[in-house]
Amino acid sequence: MSVSQLVQEAYTGLKSLVIGLGVTGKAFCQPGVTVIYPKEEVDNLASFRGHVELVGKEDDPAVPRCVACGACVKACPSNCLTILCPVAAKEGEEGGPVKMGPAPQKGSKTPGVVIVDFSLCSLCGQCAKTCPVDSLQFSDNPYMVSFDRKDFRIDLLARLRRLAEQ
Amino acid sequence: MNPEVLLHLDHPLTRLVLGLVCIFAFIGLNGLVLVWVERKVAGHVQLRPGPLHVGPHGLLQPLVDAVKLIGKQLVAPAGSDKILYWAAPLLAFAPATVCFLPLPFDPNLAPMRLNLGLVLILAFSGLGVLSLILAGWGSNNKWGLLGAARAVAQSVAYEVPLLLSVMAVALTAGSLDLYEITAKQGAWPWQWYGVKNPLAFFIFLVCAVAETNRAPFDLPEAESELTAGFHTEYSGMGFGLFFLAEYANMIIVSGVAAALFLGGWQGPFLPGIFWFLVKVYCLLCFIIWLRWTYPRVRFDQLLNLSWKWLTPLALLDFALVVIVAGFGG
Amino acid sequence: MQAFDPKTLRGDLSAARFEPGPTEDKLILSMGPQHPSTHGVLRIMLELDGEYILRAEPILGYIHRMHEWMAEQKTYMQFMPNMGRVDYLHAMAWNWAYAGAVERLSGIEVPQRAEYIRAAVTELNRISSHLLWWGAYLLDLGAFTPIMYAFDDREMLLDILQDVTGSRLTYSYFTIGGVYGDVPDNFASRCLAFTRQLRSRLPMYRDLVTDNVILRGRCEGIGEMDVELARRYGATGPVIRGSGAPVDTRRAEPYGVYNRFDFRIPAYPQGDAMARYMVRMDELETSCDIIEQAVANLPDGPITAKVPKTVKPPKGEACFAVEGARGKIIVYVRSDGGPKPYRVKLRAPGFSNLSVFCELSRGTLLADAVSILGSLDLVIPEIDR
Repeated sequence: MSVSQLVQEAYTGLKSLVIGLGVTGKAFCQPGVTVIYPKEEVDNLASFRGHVELVGKEDDPAVPRCVACGACVKACPSNCLTILCPVAAKEGEEGGPVKMGPAPQKGSKTPGVVIVDFSLCSLCGQCAKTCPVDSLQFSDNPYMVSFDRKDFRIDLLARLRRLAEQ
Repeated sequence: MNPEVLLHLDHPLTRLVLGLVCIFAFIGLNGLVLVWVERKVAGHVQLRPGPLHVGPHGLLQPLVDAVKLIGKQLVAPAGSDKILYWAAPLLAFAPATVCFLPLPFDPNLAPMRLNLGLVLILAFSGLGVLSLILAGWGSNNKWGLLGAARAVAQSVAYEVPLLLSVMAVALTAGSLDLYEITAKQGAWPWQWYGVKNPLAFFIFLVCAVAETNRAPFDLPEAESELTAGFHTEYSGMGFGLFFLAEYANMIIVSGVAAALFLGGWQGPFLPGIFWFLVKVYCLLCFIIWLRWTYPRVRFDQLLNLSWKWLTPLALLDFALVVIVAGFGG
Repeated sequence: MQAFDPKTLRGDLSAARFEPGPTEDKLILSMGPQHPSTHGVLRIMLELDGEYILRAEPILGYIHRMHEWMAEQKTYMQFMPNMGRVDYLHAMAWNWAYAGAVERLSGIEVPQRAEYIRAAVTELNRISSHLLWWGAYLLDLGAFTPIMYAFDDREMLLDILQDVTGSRLTYSYFTIGGVYGDVPDNFASRCLAFTRQLRSRLPMYRDLVTDNVILRGRCEGIGEMDVELARRYGATGPVIRGSGAPVDTRRAEPYGVYNRFDFRIPAYPQGDAMARYMVRMDELETSCDIIEQAVANLPDGPITAKVPKTVKPPKGEACFAVEGARGKIIVYVRSDGGPKPYRVKLRAPGFSNLSVFCELSRGTLLADAVSILGSLDLVIPEIDR
């Protein structure tokens, strides 16, 4: 390799190094792009898939549209939904305590217990898609933290009632 | 005050002990400040704020980190050589302390005037490699061993151009005492040896970055290749001492560069120590800037750079200096 | 605690098969499952002479999650979220491959609007995968800042995809017969703004990284493979395009509406890590072209075909191939007429790409092995499935 080629190589090498320093130097002077939580928060949470929640009826927001058909429970890949509704009493047992069984149950059109286990959920949306009455939607609460696993078994009926009061 | 006490103050041993105490304090404080500066520079280069929450603008973060490191359990891996394993961090730290003595902070603040200050610094900084080898071998870890082997070749390779560039400047100044070399330069940039001999300055900077194992030459501790290389098995205070020693080494080479090439304490209007610290910190910020910009060189490219490029250039520079000195008288 | 005794230590089975006993002057190193540069839990047994690699053998299985078995236990639609988790970086391509296989088996025709949306979001996902690969590759090589710049660019892209799908990484946006939900009204304008922004950032990437002399030294001439070697091992995607063969499933076996788009297939003949790097950087621009064409011609219409609630394809088998960010993804579905698949086979491009590594790394330095691994763009969960 001739001397002139070596000098050329050294020159291009050094020039690329200096240009690189220029890029990082310019970035140093720019303001940061970090959103410093909790002083600031991101602003595009409306489309974020949080855990599923029930949709209330238009005339009575505390009552869900759910008809306890059990389609969402069957559609879920991870078995995270639990919907219990009153079991029709057998003949001779009328008047006794109401037993709850998994939806669907004959004669039952409203759910008694709706629980989603968020620790199993993969946010695929099959439950919301399969619901025939559009009773499930994604909430937009990403800041779910807890010290206890039980907090992730979310009681959706209680949540709907709480949100309807607001 | 009792005149006898004043006499003792002027005793060389007293000055030495006082100097060492000041140096320990200086290294400790500077270690904390440099950690903060590095993390802040890294953050802003990467478009993020760096430490922010501990203290105002994260200023207390290094202190808290130091407390955390001291509080950790001192663990040595099974099968490691206990003596070598625990001697390595101490051996990394000790030479750095000694090398601070000849640095010319201010013409009036000399803990020990040596006419061979430069040689002392170069000799003791060579001891730093020994600690890397002991750490790598004593950890009983193959990754550490690879890191140690790389460190040896790297240090040996970059000593030669470093010495040559330093000798060129020493020849121009006619002395190996850092105080005299600084005194021979002037207050303004065109009187500095860095401007009169830019090739030596450039070679010294590259070799300094390589000797202190800083990116882009941080192969012995290559984080993404060797899972932390020679200090893989260290946690807690052992790691803390290596860290502190690395920053101390950085300050030493920046101090030598400031003294040799940037005029040391010389500067208009303000006292000498202020200018020396400003120059040292500018160089430190530059070295930190380099780390966050470039990828790592490969091992054989590292050695190529030293033996095939820097050493011939340093020899050429030395020859030129000899010729110019011969003509100029 | 017992001291280490090299004569009695057997190591685990893979290590014992690689090298049964202690060696005289060669170092046996396990670039173990925990390593910063193996991009997942990949274990590579290395035999080193100093720093030169004499033998290399990858050991897989540390993240085998039995996706194909799960497919036999779930219904067709219940399996869709799994496809987002196989290769989380290009989840849309795996979604498409599975949905396409089931649609081909059932004879379902996807509406045009859904096809255009599928193309646009898959290309957006490809850009995000390549940007992450670029940042992670440079992190392996020791440069700590480009990954942050790449992630800054990805934020704009992930915001667009979040508004469309609701997720930022493991998308399960495709359904059998279309897509899950319609795109918002500002989708086209946001995509165009993003492609404009990305194109303006590419010169900065070139200045900081591609032209950098240190990076060129780490990538040029490293891991040279000729086309024959790539074909023998079945390497696809940027790995084979970096050896000169412009093989791309989007051109060779067009699916969806790709035959209506005009895009360039980048190929570089050198076959080294730098060529693969340049192929992926050029693919960023190709994907921008496709996105611009797709959102400009987005037709109106339904976003999903009429499909029964429980999909029951007729008895038979079907294959569907898709060009993923890492190579050719093939999903084979075999149905026995019931609601659950009889067999689903996932062909991961990373598996074939990784097998080239043994031959490529022979005789190279350890640092080069890291560079080669990074240039192959492996995602280990995809390899192990």
